[in-house]
Amino acid sequence: MSKREGNASARKRRPDSDQKTEDFVSQSAVISAFRVFQQELDTRHDKYERLVKLSRDITIESKRTIFLLHRVTSVPNVEEVLNEADNKLDGVRQKIGQIAEELRGEDIYQFHKAFTSGVQEYVEAVSFHHFIRHRTLLSLEEINAALVFIKDETVVIKAPGEIQGACVLTFQVTSTDYLLGVADLTGELMRMCISSVGNGDMETPFELSNFLRDIHDGFAYLGNVGPYEVSKKLHTLRQSLGKVEDACYMLRVRGSEIPKHMLADVFSSRTAVMEQDEEVA
Amino acid sequence: MSVTEMFSHIQGFLSADQEVREDIRKVVQGLEQTAREILTVLQSVHQPTGFKDIPNKCLKARELFSTVQIHIGELRTKFPVEQYYRFHEHWRFVLQRLAFLASFVVYLETESLVTREEVAKILGTEVNREKGFHLDVEDYLAGVLIMASELSRLAVNSVTAGDYGRPLRISNFINELDSGFRLLNLKNDPLRKRYDGLKYDVKKIEEVVYDLSIRGLAKEPEAGGDK
Repeated sequence: MSKREGNASARKRRPDSDQKTEDFVSQSAVISAFRVFQQELDTRHDKYERLVKLSRDITIESKRTIFLLHRVTSVPNVEEVLNEADNKLDGVRQKIGQIAEELRGEDIYQFHKAFTSGVQEYVEAVSFHHFIRHRTLLSLEEINAALVFIKDETVVIKAPGEIQGACVLTFQVTSTDYLLGVADLTGELMRMCISSVGNGDMETPFELSNFLRDIHDGFAYLGNVGPYEVSKKLHTLRQSLGKVEDACYMLRVRGSEIPKHMLADVFSSRTAVMEQDEEVA
Repeated sequence: MSVTEMFSHIQGFLSADQEVREDIRKVVQGLEQTAREILTVLQSVHQPTGFKDIPNKCLKARELFSTVQIHIGELRTKFPVEQYYRFHEHWRFVLQRLAFLASFVVYLETESLVTREEVAKILGTEVNREKGFHLDVEDYLAGVLIMASELSRLAVNSVTAGDYGRPLRISNFINELDSGFRLLNLKNDPLRKRYDGLKYDVKKIEEVVYDLSIRGLAKEPEAGGDK
């Protein structure tokens, strides 16, 4: 902080020295106005950068959680993995708490672009976690309810008599971020479906396909009302749904007939075809 | 909560949001209309006849700004005050234009740079975010930059109209602005792109001043031979 101010004042001094004395008065008015702007913009940009950094950390941690959660199809003790993921998600929530801290007294939407991708990734991770445990969709309210932070009391204690309730921070995930996160979730569910087939699990794919169909119907119901980014995701969602439905179809038609390793082959070739489609589109 | 319930819940959010946007768009259209009218009034300063009664034009423009204030007052009521930046994109463009028009009027009147407070007062907005509908500092700066290119045009046209003193004054003013902007650490954003254009305005005006001074016209306030 102090370093930045030092830089700023060094920069400020330069134009003063080479300005002509006759228009000193008028120039200094303009220059001093711009100094105020400089400070204001710098403060804003700094905050933005800090938020971007937090958002990146959240993205990385959430992605790792998702990778971890993908292991549930192949390990015997599901609960252990889920608890580990829970711990990781707690760490992510801490970071979101820091975002909430940064945004205290600010307009959330002014800096929304800085952290939207991180929040979406968090929604994806936390709803994936929730799905594996409860087989339902985590609601926006439940997500937001988990994002209430009690601020460190060490600062507050200096002013005795202050109640802890005064320093509760909340972070609200917007409905758009929620939707985009859920749309990403479908991709993870598709991967989970394919890998559970590979592991010889014949139940999960059908559950997943029902769930994905519900989500797809939900997005179709929103249609064009939603923001532009949401309708973009709809295309990918449809592809994921197609893959899962195909998988279920295969299982139904010849599930028990062919050995499992060949089943995996069938899916991987199918996936390859899908990816070609994507490139064309 | 089932998936279907969740989505119809969100659908409610989204359509409420869209209604707000629709309302905002209507008011912004009104604002754009008024901004065009003000621009038309001010454009006539580029014509030789318009040079003679600049104060009159400014007065007329000032009158039109009262309509702007009404529109902005209306716009305030269309959305919750803490969600300014959520809908910012809707009025960002027009607010920049209005900031330009306000600063142009003030320049024509006093030949000085309008302060952000003054622009806010002319437009009927607040200066600070905390107090409600405000003028974002970046929008204010963008407006000032639009004015700079307008002034480079004015410099050319004032020579055509026989006013040789004005380009010099504009040149000083723009140079001041340029050094002001050089203080800012701009990111690679729209404001920065617009600022990159400022050097062309500076160059243009310097050319005009050069042309005048090699012909010895710069110091003489009375119009020379070509009138």
